[in-house]
Amino acid sequence: MTLMKTFLGAAATLALGAGAALADPALIYDLGGKFDKSFNEAAYGGAMRWVEETGGSYKELEMQSEAQREQALSRLAESGANPIVMTGFAFGDVLNSVAPEYPDTKFVIIDMVVDQPNVRSIVFTEEQGSYLVGMMAAKASKTGTVGFIGGMDIPLIRKFACGYVQGVKAANPDAVIVQNMTGTTPSAWNDPVKGSELTKAQISQGADVIYAAAGGTGIGVLQTAADEGILSIGVDSNQNHLHPGKVLTSMVKRVDNAVYESFMAGEAVEPGIAVMDLAAGGVGFAMDDNNAELVSEEMKAAVDEAAAKIIAGEISVHDYMSDNTCPVE
Amino acid sequence: MDYATLIQVLDSALRLATPLLLACLAGLFSERGGIFDIGLEGKMLMAGMASGAVAFLTGLVWLGVGAAIGASILFSMIHGLASITFRGNQLISGVALNFLASGMTVLIAQALFRQGGRTPPLTGNARFSPIDLPFAEAMADVPIIGPLYAEVLSGHSTLVYVALLAVPVTWWVLYRTRFGLRLRAVGENPESVDTAGISVVRLRYSALVITGILCGLAGAYMATALQAGFGREMTAGRGYIALAALIFAKWRPWYALGATFLFGFLQALALRPDVIERSFGMAIPVPALDALPYILTVIVLAGFVGKAIPPRAGGQPYVKER
Repeated sequence: MTLMKTFLGAAATLALGAGAALADPALIYDLGGKFDKSFNEAAYGGAMRWVEETGGSYKELEMQSEAQREQALSRLAESGANPIVMTGFAFGDVLNSVAPEYPDTKFVIIDMVVDQPNVRSIVFTEEQGSYLVGMMAAKASKTGTVGFIGGMDIPLIRKFACGYVQGVKAANPDAVIVQNMTGTTPSAWNDPVKGSELTKAQISQGADVIYAAAGGTGIGVLQTAADEGILSIGVDSNQNHLHPGKVLTSMVKRVDNAVYESFMAGEAVEPGIAVMDLAAGGVGFAMDDNNAELVSEEMKAAVDEAAAKIIAGEISVHDYMSDNTCPVE
Repeated sequence: MDYATLIQVLDSALRLATPLLLACLAGLFSERGGIFDIGLEGKMLMAGMASGAVAFLTGLVWLGVGAAIGASILFSMIHGLASITFRGNQLISGVALNFLASGMTVLIAQALFRQGGRTPPLTGNARFSPIDLPFAEAMADVPIIGPLYAEVLSGHSTLVYVALLAVPVTWWVLYRTRFGLRLRAVGENPESVDTAGISVVRLRYSALVITGILCGLAGAYMATALQAGFGREMTAGRGYIALAALIFAKWRPWYALGATFLFGFLQALALRPDVIERSFGMAIPVPALDALPYILTVIVLAGFVGKAIPPRAGGQPYVKER
């Protein structure tokens, strides 16, 4: 019995010691869920890459409701995780109040700027990536009408829409763009049925290429677009493989890189604002075997040229969030 | 709004109304039997997951529907056990089942397929395909009613027609059969039913079985007909809208058809802000349209449009007098 106690005690000490010596990074997924085939899944991909390369381990948490955010952050910070990476704009307010309570912990927030001395804010220039896929949409469209379906109606999604519209207009000034938002509550990220109906509604208005920036709702959009024989554009992760030959391209947002780099930097992650733009490889469009036949040489050349111009600063794509307006409709 | 657009909106409305209608009729059976069922949402989720998983594994959509009904009845029986046998609070049991379903569907789907709580995309026979009603093509050229028949009524999956048929069947069962009479009585005054020597418990359980079947169909319709697989929380609150529709319909089958179709129509209209702007000459914010079903329900509840009186014994567990 005493021997057993000693063993148990030793094991416990070891376990505690291991916990204290190694500060594991942590990753919190937003409401869309870890495997949304989109934004959060990209974050997961980055974490997995880090695990494969370093053999380290990390903690992770999936949000189930709005009310959990503060608790999740505090609990991870108290457990000694460092840095704590969270995906999603919705953490902004909560992080702003939690971060000062744990000055020794580094936080990384993706898609939102939080001005605290121990927070690194990573933002993407979605408008640039959306601009490029907008150009492709305009060039691939035969009807001259293209569609956009957003998830929850928030400035970030309007930023996608605005960049997309600018790209479409750049390639075809006469193009008509049909825009819809799925809803105004977080359930708008997980309503594929409504996504399908929006797709059908846009098709009836003549749209033949539809860009979905809507998390899980986008799955319904891509599905219906494939069923009805029109093209769709995926978002965040490369979604070309979901319906090979039916998805024109995907606007990829390298959330995986953001997570991977933050994990790599570990506790030494640098506070401040990091902008992942086209030049930094933060955004772009996905090309692979699944969409090779859909994208013509001419289309690719035009988009590559525009990308080069954006990087060189010759084309400036308006950012909706800078003034909450969009210059084109 | 031109006629072609109206047809498109009506077509969309019918698709959106179908899960609401099935869930609403499901709620109608249980509430008429004196069991409040907040858990419609959870049952639909369970059914959606079960149908997506089984349809994918077997490749046969009807087996998926069977699994959906099974899963939904299972949840119904848990609700029955808690609220009929153990006389627990029906609302709490329903809410608990919703939470349980929300987590369990993702857990099971994740354990089976490792695709993050999603079931894999269904193709071919694993999914419902639209069926054309007889003479749809011949009728299409007839003015006015032609497109209405060919575009709106025809070209949906089987479950839409099952849902529409369920309305007269529900009416007939409820008002023209012995079972229906007893079911209504058990929701109003269970003592009288008991005095007549009929088991209140058994009647209420049978009502919950029917609720399970209808919710199963609703979930299967969403996962295998509207979509090609189950996704996390894909019901997106439709179970609650169905409850609102049930109140709006004053617990009557034909009214339920009207209420759910109205709600479906409002949802479909909200998808077309351009049409609204053209028809009314001004832009109505989409959230306002989304909120309209609830506002209408509150108006009905407040007694402005007739009276909505729920079954009298609803929500109370039945205790035999000693």
